[in-house]
Amino acid sequence: MLQTKALQLDTICFHCGEALPATPLLNDDKKFCCAGCVGVYSILHEHNLTDYYAYNDVPGQTHKPKGLNFDYLNEPEIAAGLVDYQDDKITIITLYIPAIHCSSCIWLLETLHKINPAITESRVDFLKKQVYITFDNQELSLKHLVETLVNIGYEPLISLQDVVKSQQTQTTDRSLITKIAVAGFCFGNTMLLYFPEYFGLSSFEQDFKTFFGWLNLAFAFPVVFYSGRDYFTGAWLNLKNGVLNLDFPLALGIAVMFIRSIVEVATNSGPGWVDTLCGLIFFLLVGKWMQQRTYHHLSFERDYRSYFPVAVTILEDGLERPIPLDQLRKGHRILIRSNEIIPADAILLKGDAKVDFSFVTGESKPVQKVLGEIVYAGGRQLGAAIELEVVKAVSQSHLTKLWNNETFRIEKDTIMTFSATASKYFSIVLLAIAFGSGLYWMFHGDATKAIASFSAVLIIACPCALALASPFTLAAVLSIFDKNKFYLKNTAVIEQLARIDTFVFDKTGTISNPERAGFTFQGNITAEQAQLVSDLARNSGHPLSRELVKWLNLPQHYTVNNYREMVGRGLSGRIMQHEVKIGNAAFTGITLEKPIPGSTVHVVIDQQYLGYYLFTQQWRDGLKALTVSLRKGANLHLLSGDQDHDRMELMTIFTDGNQMQFKQSPQQKLDYIKALQEQGQKVLMFGDGLNDAGALKQSDLGIAVTDNINNFTPGCEAILDGASFSKVPAFIQQAKDAVKVIHMSFAISLIYNIVGLSFAVQGLLSPLMAAILMPASTATIISFTSITARLYARKNKLL
Amino acid sequence: MNIIYMLIGVSILLALIFLAAFFWASKSGQHDDTYTPGLRILFDDEVKPGIEKSDEDHI
Repeated sequence: MLQTKALQLDTICFHCGEALPATPLLNDDKKFCCAGCVGVYSILHEHNLTDYYAYNDVPGQTHKPKGLNFDYLNEPEIAAGLVDYQDDKITIITLYIPAIHCSSCIWLLETLHKINPAITESRVDFLKKQVYITFDNQELSLKHLVETLVNIGYEPLISLQDVVKSQQTQTTDRSLITKIAVAGFCFGNTMLLYFPEYFGLSSFEQDFKTFFGWLNLAFAFPVVFYSGRDYFTGAWLNLKNGVLNLDFPLALGIAVMFIRSIVEVATNSGPGWVDTLCGLIFFLLVGKWMQQRTYHHLSFERDYRSYFPVAVTILEDGLERPIPLDQLRKGHRILIRSNEIIPADAILLKGDAKVDFSFVTGESKPVQKVLGEIVYAGGRQLGAAIELEVVKAVSQSHLTKLWNNETFRIEKDTIMTFSATASKYFSIVLLAIAFGSGLYWMFHGDATKAIASFSAVLIIACPCALALASPFTLAAVLSIFDKNKFYLKNTAVIEQLARIDTFVFDKTGTISNPERAGFTFQGNITAEQAQLVSDLARNSGHPLSRELVKWLNLPQHYTVNNYREMVGRGLSGRIMQHEVKIGNAAFTGITLEKPIPGSTVHVVIDQQYLGYYLFTQQWRDGLKALTVSLRKGANLHLLSGDQDHDRMELMTIFTDGNQMQFKQSPQQKLDYIKALQEQGQKVLMFGDGLNDAGALKQSDLGIAVTDNINNFTPGCEAILDGASFSKVPAFIQQAKDAVKVIHMSFAISLIYNIVGLSFAVQGLLSPLMAAILMPASTATIISFTSITARLYARKNKLL
Repeated sequence: MNIIYMLIGVSILLALIFLAAFFWASKSGQHDDTYTPGLRILFDDEVKPGIEKSDEDHI
């Protein structure tokens, strides 16, 4: 065991665990893969922080120096938007660091004061991947702090959305917890105080009866007026809008129970219903809390702002100056360094632009641009620094103007959930029974019984179990999906998912697997010749060469002499007396009868043309099976921003050529979804890049597919890990089953209600009966929904 | 039996103190992050070198 571990450590980088290159870098007898990793190690070593490596093996992440520029953090205006608090001594800032992934990360980030004593406090929130740092701003600038973090391998992600961050969700969350605490506290106490009453008090203990009664009433006040307040306001708001939802019978039940308790205690005619009342509100609030649970580490609200930088460097009279992005105007000359994002549509003026548009399109192959060409916003420059002239303001760019569309301004209609529909009828029937039984006893001349039965009906029929059926079922399903790497924004998405009848797929990055591209060779090539090609291509940084080397997967064998690369055209070199030339048709000097669709690499060795490598997309695992299974009950469409050279291959998967659209702009994708919806279809969109953001927003249910959930995903209702893509039919079946479970639990709670009602209409319902029936029905519903949802999950092979 | 009045009063007072403690904890943000503190307590002041780590250390 020890030996294998040692062996393993010998072939991987001590810091990040990546495979070592042929000549690893050495420091302190430890081997590293790159200068970045050595750099981090030496900083930690210097400050006696090598415990970092003691908590976990290879805790670091590969740290290739990117030469990022944080000058903009020195601009007070920009910095002020980022910090939480600042005075003339200290600054407090919250930074989002995607690299946080293990306990070593927590340890190191909380020991930052050893690296720089000016950092007085740092605390990590692991699940949110955030670190709260307090530092002395006389000793340390914000820019320095960020650079320190970058140097130890924890680069914070500072984006435009940070500037507009809101913390509202947290406060509502906390107030719900306090309400639950109050309700739970009162519930427990009243239950105890009711015991003597239910077990019977002897005649000389009757004094206690009044005492307990008043004490119970005292407990009822905070529960009704603080914890249960939302039910009254909710019912009132809905009544004003002419809607009858579940809040109405709940509020009615609470009010009746409260008033009857006061009357009974005041007139000494009974013990009141305070324990049932407190229990009801307590369980209801717990159900509400279950529904509100969210994923802190995922964001479903992202738009281009969470990905665009805060500032950009402009060139004025030959001087560089960082300005906030919202001050960027048409005509500004901007400098984009390596690894920076181009924030607005601009014309390339100087430099070699090699732009990675993967955030926008999902396509990972960089695009080469020539001088004078327009570069659209959203791309990341991979080569050296370039200069551009802005032609459109940030919000008017080809990509970002999508967010000006009205779709983004209106809130998506919340669907009419089953419980909303059912509660309307429930309320009407309930009122009818209550008045019916009241009137019946009135006609029989028994006014006391009339009031008793009228109020008892409203109490016992208070739809606690009904209100809990949905949240508990959906919360169970949510956690089942979560185990299968399918993360939903909220529980309502599940019911939405069950109703989908049209599926729309984006192509690149969504149904194709960006990690696994492949090649096929047309012609004849020997293993030895493939080795020559691999060794030659290894020298090039061109994406196609890199893909080819990765795909050929051959170890380096020969050295290349006379290496020459014509950027974007091809490579040549001399290897072991062979003249090897690979590249496009013009470069390799061959004439094609007709152009070959797709990306090709032609191979010429010793002036002899061998054939070409054709770059082919690899579809995600199980795509074919997925489409076959989805097509049974739904329509499938494909929307791609790319050229249509995959059309023939995709025909075998999507069968209907009319439902495959190519060369679609982000706006066209949105319009296509809208057109489908106008035909009355419920549309689910699978997308991944910013160019799908409009379609995801417009669709009834937008799912972002990603291979790393910490990566950027556009705003959506759900995030699906690419590894679980083949499980989509199972997810949909599970959602449909969840709706079935909700129906069944409605039926069960109705049975409880009917039993209770049969006593209530006769005016025979006692507080003891209510105190037993209400928790019993609640317990039944909670256990039934969670167990049945899991049984279905097992049937669907999700557990 | 009149002692019951006092006993109940005391027990409710005690419960109220616990409720207040919960409010304080909630308000000071102790429930905001329920994951990291559990890990933080596992860090030693100085890790002794040469001690073989068990797999349980990993998360």
